[in-house]
Amino acid sequence: MSQLGRDDMLRAYRQMATIRAFEERLHDEIKTGEIAGFTHLYAGQEAAAVGVCEHLADDDYIVSTHRGHGHCIAKGCDVKAMMKEIYGRADGLCKGKGGSMHIADVSIGMLGANGIVGAGAPLAVGAAISAKLDGKGKVSVAFSGDGACNQGTTFEAMNLAVVLQVPAIFVFENNHYSEHTGVEYSVGTANDIASRAEAFGMKAWRANGCDFFSTFEAMREVLEHVRSGGGPAAIELDTERFYGHFEGDPQRYRGPGELDRIREQRDCLKAFRERVGEYGNVTSDELDAVDSEVAQLIEEAVSEAKSAPPPPPEQVLEDVYVSY
Amino acid sequence: MVVMSIREAINRTIAEEMERDADVIALGEDIVGGMGTAGGPEAIGGIWGATGGLYARFGPGRVIDTPISESAIVGAAAGAALAGKRPIAELMFADFVGVSLDQLWNQMAKFRYMFGGKTRCPAVIRLIYGAGMNAAAQHSQSVYAMMTAIPGLKIALPATPADAKGLLTEAIRGDDPVLFFEHKAMFGVKGEVPEGEHRVPFGHARLTREGGDVTIVTCGRMVGFSEKAADKLAEDGIGCDVIDLRTTSPLDEEAILDSVELTGRLVVVDESPPRCSLAADIAALVAAKAFTALKAPPQMVTAPHTPIPFARELERAWLPSPAKIEAAARAALAFRS
Repeated sequence: MSQLGRDDMLRAYRQMATIRAFEERLHDEIKTGEIAGFTHLYAGQEAAAVGVCEHLADDDYIVSTHRGHGHCIAKGCDVKAMMKEIYGRADGLCKGKGGSMHIADVSIGMLGANGIVGAGAPLAVGAAISAKLDGKGKVSVAFSGDGACNQGTTFEAMNLAVVLQVPAIFVFENNHYSEHTGVEYSVGTANDIASRAEAFGMKAWRANGCDFFSTFEAMREVLEHVRSGGGPAAIELDTERFYGHFEGDPQRYRGPGELDRIREQRDCLKAFRERVGEYGNVTSDELDAVDSEVAQLIEEAVSEAKSAPPPPPEQVLEDVYVSY
Repeated sequence: MVVMSIREAINRTIAEEMERDADVIALGEDIVGGMGTAGGPEAIGGIWGATGGLYARFGPGRVIDTPISESAIVGAAAGAALAGKRPIAELMFADFVGVSLDQLWNQMAKFRYMFGGKTRCPAVIRLIYGAGMNAAAQHSQSVYAMMTAIPGLKIALPATPADAKGLLTEAIRGDDPVLFFEHKAMFGVKGEVPEGEHRVPFGHARLTREGGDVTIVTCGRMVGFSEKAADKLAEDGIGCDVIDLRTTSPLDEEAILDSVELTGRLVVVDESPPRCSLAADIAALVAAKAFTALKAPPQMVTAPHTPIPFARELERAWLPSPAKIEAAARAALAFRS
């Protein structure tokens, strides 16, 4: 951990805490009925998004999933503009046209959350083709889960990335559930998705996706491999989903005490506080201060989103080139 | 002006655009042909010949031969376009849109709108389409109507070498995704092509025959069929406007409606089955917006609502023909309410 200074540690914690607070607040706000549509919360997986994205710059690319809020925040999307987007407001990050599943900010390399499971990997390979041509050492990351790892698009994308030797990184966040189905059932290689990537001819890493330091260190090796021209790579992150597939999911598939257990044993924020002591350069008071700042930010984001104006109806015909 | 085939016009346009702009790249199955073989790269040069010579000229970084992975090809084109490139991807047969549909329909078509207009996706997908070569049910379809139904995509179908150059140039330089349909039976069609810069703006139809009695609206290979019918009718003193749409999205409504206002009779010719087709779409447009001008019901000349058969005789029977178009025009003229 020698390369992680105090500021880096605090920044990583702040990113994870922001995602957690964002999602937990949404979990409460959705119950009020004020937020339209489908929302898929990322809470529990924060160490994965942040452990990956802390290595990336604005000109690196990521492609996200339907469970994308965490990736967006980790890549640097404006949190208040994201909240407004989820509330469907005119000055939301996508002007209220995308919503929870389609948040994007291409200007910082965030090429979109995506409502179609498995659709992102081919897009990430395309961005990797662009990155390779540009020759500046940029990389392109496809976030996928144990659901998307069964889609043919993901297989095609992995093969194409290997054939073309482009700087693509396939991040498989294994949260053990594809929608409401267990990974032991749906993934033929059981709890081993990385072996699929290896079978396509790329190097793969495995890390604890509920531990920032585990993910961050493994990603350092992944990035060294890919940025030095070693071709595409994969990393499987063993992680946990604290909420349902979507908000409103009764989660009857969970085992007795399962949610309590994973919150107790696999909470990346708790793990961070425990492990950060090993490095002695950040105190728990400082982390508490971060928590307070984050709480304030989320409070402002929600209250500003609630009072922000909705898009005017005439905008339905804007940002597309054919009216008929 | 230089005389060349549609194949040459497409090949030269891609090369000229790649020369002009380093962000233009090409990708697709066998667009180089021969990769990983004893014959070596360019052993084939693209099965349609439209991409021959590009690899030698621009190299493997920009002329990318891919595995048989249509979703990955279209998806990679969309992703590269988001990341600042101007990719030209080839779907060897338009029928393969089924394999890649999500990337066309849910991804590249929607990015600009769904992301609040803050991004662009300047990808061109070349799709080789159409019947006439006995390629049977899965390699002959004209899926442009299905694609025209998707908001966010532009659809171009050149019928001449000049339009192949002009529309492809426009497609590559534009900032929106374009599906560029090339008819497999028309690659050898020759015609005059302007030298140097030549752009044909989308949404501007071409009037290829002028006459006051019947309006024939069509596109792609059916333009030539319609011209033959019009020429035959002209021998009997019947004048037809033949309108080559060039692009079905955007659609040149004005050209269609202006002509029907004069003739009062519409024949739509469409190389695809009739239900939810381009023919049905144009007929509905005219019925809704030029109803009082109509002297006869709109006539739709389409394929039947069947898959495309293989045998020569059957495929000929399936396709619209100049004779069927002529008969439809005469039926419109003979109509008495």
